[in-house]
Amino acid sequence: MSAEKTLSKEHTNQQTSSSLRNHSHSSSQVQRRRGWNYLFHALFLLATLVGIIVLAFLLFDIVKRGWSWLTPDFFENFASRLPSRSGFKAAIWGSLWMIGVTAPLTFILGVSTAIYLEEYSKKNWLSRFIQLNISNLAGVPSIVYGILGLTLFVRILGLGSSVLAGSLTMTLLVLPIVIVASRESIASVPSILKQASYAMGASRWQTIRHVVLPYALPGVLTGTILALSRAIGETAPLIMVGAVTFVAFTPENLFSPFTVMPIQIYQWIGLPRIEFQQLAAAGIIVLLIVLLTMNAIAILLRNKFQR
Amino acid sequence: MSQQAISVDNLNLYYGQNHALKNISMDIDKNSVTALIGPSGCGKSTFLRTLNRMNDMIPGVKIEGQINIHNQNIYSDQVHVEMLRKNVGMVFQAPNPFPKSIYDNVAYGPRIHGLRDKKKLDELIEKSLRGAAIWDEVKDRLKDKATGLSGGQQQRLCIARALAVEPEVLLMDEPTSALDPISTAKIEELIQELKTSYTIVIVTHNMQQAARISDKTAFFLSGDLIEYNKTEQLFSTPKHKQTEDYITGRFG
Repeated sequence: MSAEKTLSKEHTNQQTSSSLRNHSHSSSQVQRRRGWNYLFHALFLLATLVGIIVLAFLLFDIVKRGWSWLTPDFFENFASRLPSRSGFKAAIWGSLWMIGVTAPLTFILGVSTAIYLEEYSKKNWLSRFIQLNISNLAGVPSIVYGILGLTLFVRILGLGSSVLAGSLTMTLLVLPIVIVASRESIASVPSILKQASYAMGASRWQTIRHVVLPYALPGVLTGTILALSRAIGETAPLIMVGAVTFVAFTPENLFSPFTVMPIQIYQWIGLPRIEFQQLAAAGIIVLLIVLLTMNAIAILLRNKFQR
Repeated sequence: MSQQAISVDNLNLYYGQNHALKNISMDIDKNSVTALIGPSGCGKSTFLRTLNRMNDMIPGVKIEGQINIHNQNIYSDQVHVEMLRKNVGMVFQAPNPFPKSIYDNVAYGPRIHGLRDKKKLDELIEKSLRGAAIWDEVKDRLKDKATGLSGGQQQRLCIARALAVEPEVLLMDEPTSALDPISTAKIEELIQELKTSYTIVIVTHNMQQAARISDKTAFFLSGDLIEYNKTEQLFSTPKHKQTEDYITGRFG
């Protein structure tokens, strides 16, 4: 019995080795395939490193130039002719005012639009047309929104180059992004949960309020925050609307003239003295910290609510 | 002895061009279990969903004929679909608890119908969970997430959730098809208890299940109601060739 087993084992061993030998011709082919694999592995790694190295170099360069300028004075002073007396205060407050107006407006308008399109509107050619155009609007260059803001808010509505005009322009700019993100999030709510709600006699609004929104909220908030972090870094549309570059005061109300962080950075970079370049670097550090904080909040929200 | 709870008269349903239910007429007894059987796509689930108007939400659906539930035509303009669905509860194929606590799942229905009193809500939730034979398993963890329960527990929780709005009719769309045999046995046992207080209509793919739990069985085929009779009679002496072929497993 056991002899038989050993025999059959030897037999299979022979078979395997012979079958490997039979394919010795293809082992060079395997090596070639592996070679290509190593090549592409290295290529993709290189592509990844290009981005990381450039970013690391930029960050290093900026921190090296700007770090020593990040003093309390930098946050207390306004723009000045003299580098030593220049600060970021007007820009920081201008950005805060703008985000303070833009955030609630985009959230309310964007989420409402997304709810309407996903839950209320009939799925006909009109709603498909609207959705297609919203997606298109998300790709329109920001300068075009600046021209729109200049015409509509600054001129026709007579708001002038105010915080309000800038914020409304920014709202238009990021609204499509918020709508698209919110729609995706609302569409991902499982239909069996909505059906369960309707089957108990819930109205459409009750179902939206108690089932759809709680489920979709993390995605909606993430989309909104990422859209706002785009708004806080935008320059072109605000220059178009007429945000000023040399401001020695913080906005007092919605109709005050204002500047924002990226515009102040842009203005400093345009000045010839080296100290202003360093001030710009310091401004970039502040803007980056704000952006990274906002993105971190978005990630935290997503993880906190993740099921 | 048996009163009728639901009376369907010449019901026709179209999905666009597709004639999905053809001249269905049937009466369903109060406090009984009625099983709907038939091969996939025969219209049994569609028929079930006409009873609480869940088909209304599908675009392109056209319904003709009449359905009376407790002598009220449910497709008349006077009927609010929200109140209809409060009276005609539904349990779905896959357990679908909300990602909320066990308590909030069962409280969902009563709350949307306006019950705010904490004490009444507590009582109603205990009664519903007991009614669905899951109280003992969850009474110590009502604040836990419902999605952490096993599949069979989730389905009984969904039954409790449906009971909490105090319906008179309970529709079940293959409620055990996603469950293991032990959970299935528990739910079948529960259905027997529930029929003393509720009128139950259940869609099932499982003919043994229909034979075990139902008083009457309706056999659907391609949108037609082929045969509707007492369950023992339908399974022992089917009147139609197609019914016989189906229950003996020759197709479907």
